[in-house]
Amino acid sequence: MIATKSTLILLTILMARIVAAQDDLLKMLEEETAKDKKPDYTTATFKTTRLINGHSVENVAAGVLDFRISHRFGYINSGLYEFFGLDQATTRLGLDYGLTNRLMIGLGRSTFEKQLDGFTKYKLIRQSSGAKKMPVTVSLMAAMVYKTLKPSTTNRENFKTSNLYYTYQVLVARKLNDRLSLQVMPTMNHYNLVPGTTLSNDLYSIGFGGRIKVSKRVTINAEYYYQLATTKLPDTKNSLGVGVDIETGGHVFQLYVTNSTGMTERSFISESTGDFLKGDIHFGFCISRVFTLKDPRK
Amino acid sequence: MKTTLLSLALLIALTNFAQPVYMTRTGQISFYSKTPMENIDAINNEVTSMINPATGELVFAILIKSFRFERALMEEHFNENYMESDKFPKATFSGKISNLGNIDFTKNGNYPTRVEGELTIHGVKKVITSPGIINISGDKVTATSTFPLHLADFNITIPSLVADKISETVEVKVNCEYQPKK
Repeated sequence: MIATKSTLILLTILMARIVAAQDDLLKMLEEETAKDKKPDYTTATFKTTRLINGHSVENVAAGVLDFRISHRFGYINSGLYEFFGLDQATTRLGLDYGLTNRLMIGLGRSTFEKQLDGFTKYKLIRQSSGAKKMPVTVSLMAAMVYKTLKPSTTNRENFKTSNLYYTYQVLVARKLNDRLSLQVMPTMNHYNLVPGTTLSNDLYSIGFGGRIKVSKRVTINAEYYYQLATTKLPDTKNSLGVGVDIETGGHVFQLYVTNSTGMTERSFISESTGDFLKGDIHFGFCISRVFTLKDPRK
Repeated sequence: MKTTLLSLALLIALTNFAQPVYMTRTGQISFYSKTPMENIDAINNEVTSMINPATGELVFAILIKSFRFERALMEEHFNENYMESDKFPKATFSGKISNLGNIDFTKNGNYPTRVEGELTIHGVKKVITSPGIINISGDKVTATSTFPLHLADFNITIPSLVADKISETVEVKVNCEYQPKK
């Protein structure tokens, strides 16, 4: 009797062990790997490196070349004679390149004021969850513009350096969920030459932007730059843009409406003159095509 | 009688105890999509897996974001548009070696095998059977397998715009080298 009892107990323990082992191997594996958890960095806060006119926190990856063709028509309210703006067009051709996954550089040439521009953007902090929690992504952007348009005034000495403009931005963004991302952009534009002696050479503004993903490949974006009243250039308006991003594999098409004519930071943030509400709206689009020059796995 | 039974039970218990569970954190799973337009391949070198030789159980846990592609944008689209990695961060497999009796984990050699179990990808669970080879070399166990996966089975949809670039069926290759778990 005692013998049967102890045998039974032993057998029960044995069975329990086997059953436990079967049920829990996946659990055991997950417990084992839970210890070596790595930070989960947020990806694809925005579809591309620009929100509408200005930068988003996104970078092109290391070894990736992004050819961007931006096209902007005239004001929609210019009437049938101008075919609602389609008779006029300005463009910016740009080449961006990722030096590392967090550092990118870019060059561009705009027809508007014949501007040459260059920029560098660095992703300082990456939003992450998991082992390391970080609520936002922070990028730093610095740009320089050289206006090659011949000066209209000859009654003063025109220095080459008078045509240089600088932009410094801190981009702070958070992907709240897979649909909604928001971004804030404190910005400073520095003008070597401003159109008046009483005006400040440093123009401050703060941008707000975001995107809502309406399908896996389509997002609706908006971007607004508020210029601080104390350093605002006379007769300028704040820049507003609303658009759609459509991603198709290696291309991103951005279609938008905006009251800004220029496509460099200094021209759209500090020198927009269109009144959005009165119909001074440009229709524009940008085609981004990426070329992978370096296999990231090598 | 009592002694015999007891010692027998103890013996089984001890044997069971002596057989270690094998584990890897650096297993390899890759997949290939071949179409006339474009070939896409991705590799994950951080696959975690365990084999219990006592029961023939075999489990995998795969972090989807650890697949590496030849283009960064492919990786982003893979996670964002196809796998929805924020929603479904892991793929898991929990299965059994069907011919456990033919595999001697103490003897070196190649053992052809068949594994059947539940594969969960993109939140969809499906029973699959796949042939493979288990190689025993000392205390090292290597498991290899190749099998096709139909993307539609796992609710992974390919938009018509890229239908000629992404195959509806991808070939999955598993190559995991296990060590006894300490």
